[in-house]
Amino acid sequence: MNIIVCIKRVPETAEADILIDKSGKDIDKSGLVFDLNEWDSYAIEEAIRLKEKLGGSVTVLSMGGEETNESLRKCLAMGADDAVRLTDPAFAGSDGYATARVLAEAVRKIPYDLILTGTQAEDDGYAQVGVVMAELLGTPHAALINRIEVQDKKIKAHRELEAGLEEVVEVDLPAVLTVQTGINEPRYVSIMGIRKVAKKEIKTLGASDLNLKAEEVGLSGSDIRVEKVFLPPVGEGAQMLEGKPEEVASKVFDILKDKGGLA
Amino acid sequence: MKEIIVVAEHRRGELRDVTWEMLSKGRELAESTGADLAVALLGKGVNSLADALKAKAKRVLLIEDDRLEAFNSETYKKALTQLITERKPFLTLVGHTAMGMDFAPQLAAHLKMPLASDCIGIEAKGETFSLTRTLYGGKVNAEVSFLKKGSPMITVRPGAFTVIEKDPLQGEVVPIASPLTDAGLARRFIQYVEAAIAEVDITQADILVSVGRGIKDAENIPLVKDLADAVGGVLSCSRPVVDKKWLPKGCQVGTSGKTVKPKVYIAIGISGAFQHVAGMKGAGTVIAINKDPKAPIFNVAQYGIVADLFKILPVIKNKIKEMSKKS
Repeated sequence: MNIIVCIKRVPETAEADILIDKSGKDIDKSGLVFDLNEWDSYAIEEAIRLKEKLGGSVTVLSMGGEETNESLRKCLAMGADDAVRLTDPAFAGSDGYATARVLAEAVRKIPYDLILTGTQAEDDGYAQVGVVMAELLGTPHAALINRIEVQDKKIKAHRELEAGLEEVVEVDLPAVLTVQTGINEPRYVSIMGIRKVAKKEIKTLGASDLNLKAEEVGLSGSDIRVEKVFLPPVGEGAQMLEGKPEEVASKVFDILKDKGGLA
Repeated sequence: MKEIIVVAEHRRGELRDVTWEMLSKGRELAESTGADLAVALLGKGVNSLADALKAKAKRVLLIEDDRLEAFNSETYKKALTQLITERKPFLTLVGHTAMGMDFAPQLAAHLKMPLASDCIGIEAKGETFSLTRTLYGGKVNAEVSFLKKGSPMITVRPGAFTVIEKDPLQGEVVPIASPLTDAGLARRFIQYVEAAIAEVDITQADILVSVGRGIKDAENIPLVKDLADAVGGVLSCSRPVVDKKWLPKGCQVGTSGKTVKPKVYIAIGISGAFQHVAGMKGAGTVIAINKDPKAPIFNVAQYGIVADLFKILPVIKNKIKEMSKKS
């Protein structure tokens, strides 16, 4: 089974102090640590597990500048066979639709049975790239997958719905599945593992290689544009409990007694 | 005729909350733009749902078909392609839910409609719309505009818009012929599966002590469990803790887990992603402990503690044990 996995390198912002950059249209990423998008780490792990079980190959694709090689190499170290980076100045400003457009054209150049990608990215959270790609490629799809079982020329997959409910669907191959976190436990990649793939070639493809015109990609190929970003008001309702740890603890006790019926 | 179409979301005979939220926002947008508000309802045997929707829209565009009994992105795409092509709506609203995420991007791409997903704010600006989205896990908001011309589709975050009660609209039900045939589908619905029943029912607890990604490792979970025991509460968690298999799915609070309404909810090392907040915003009192003072969880908490949880939790636990003995 030949599997293509589409991934993204994203900044880790969960515990970082966020500042708006000079353009006012994005955050200042200069001090941030980047890593493989969490959803995509589950997608690549799932692809490698399927390959280990069924044979075939895993090709990993990403759109981005040279720094994206870092995330592609992580996937190679995990067990992917090939990596391709899609890069062109014309791709700048791509929204979810334009990104899917670029990825879909690259996918057409590679034989595949299955395409996996994360349900969404941690940074812009569009949750649309995989599904749009399926439409552009004319393949069936299913989103929010937390279980995959390969059968003959089709896949039985579980879609995660709300409130603990799941939906079992059958999808003919080739297909696109967008993967939900928790589907597996992504393997750990050691520094040694990364070193082993440090010299592996990462192919690059630009707009002309993909027969894409400049107006079809980047900002001009996008549905939407970010006009400005701003920090949401934080801590509006929260009264901050301050002081020494013991004092804070006493206040917590009082709240629990008052509001929670703590005996 | 200018029309705003809301795509109704329902499952197993019940309309989902996001439908009412979209209709409430849709009515406001219809009034401010001089459009009619319509709701598209696709399903099998959904006349009672159509009746329930009549008060909230001028038209209920009803497509009845046995093949629409359970949601399938392929049947939805086909039926809605016909509906949207014929009616040429001014705007189409879909929930940013497990259902909407599965069909809206495909339908929009198919019909070349510009799509803005997961919006928490929508404002009419002449013939277009200005949108608010969140980025970076809710740490930043963005004002977004449509670049492409054409009838837009917006997917709406559940819970982002409150339902405002207004005079009923007394809409009419407009039956629409289904374009579906028995031709084979490349994707087929098989069945629903319920999550396994949990040992402890977190929805019944008065005090929930909830742990998130900030706990860093499975071996640190007892630190939180000890606090839960000390306050006579029950241990729950946010999604990342379940994803990493540190606690079972039955402990998970949030959109894909349980909705809880305890008297007190203590959120420890939980950033406050909207999927989590959706499951706990009904709590009486929320105390949040997080080392990031800008964590979105402080927006929904009544009390906040900015601290390293590994340092503060043992102190709180000991204090509570000591004070409980005294009283």
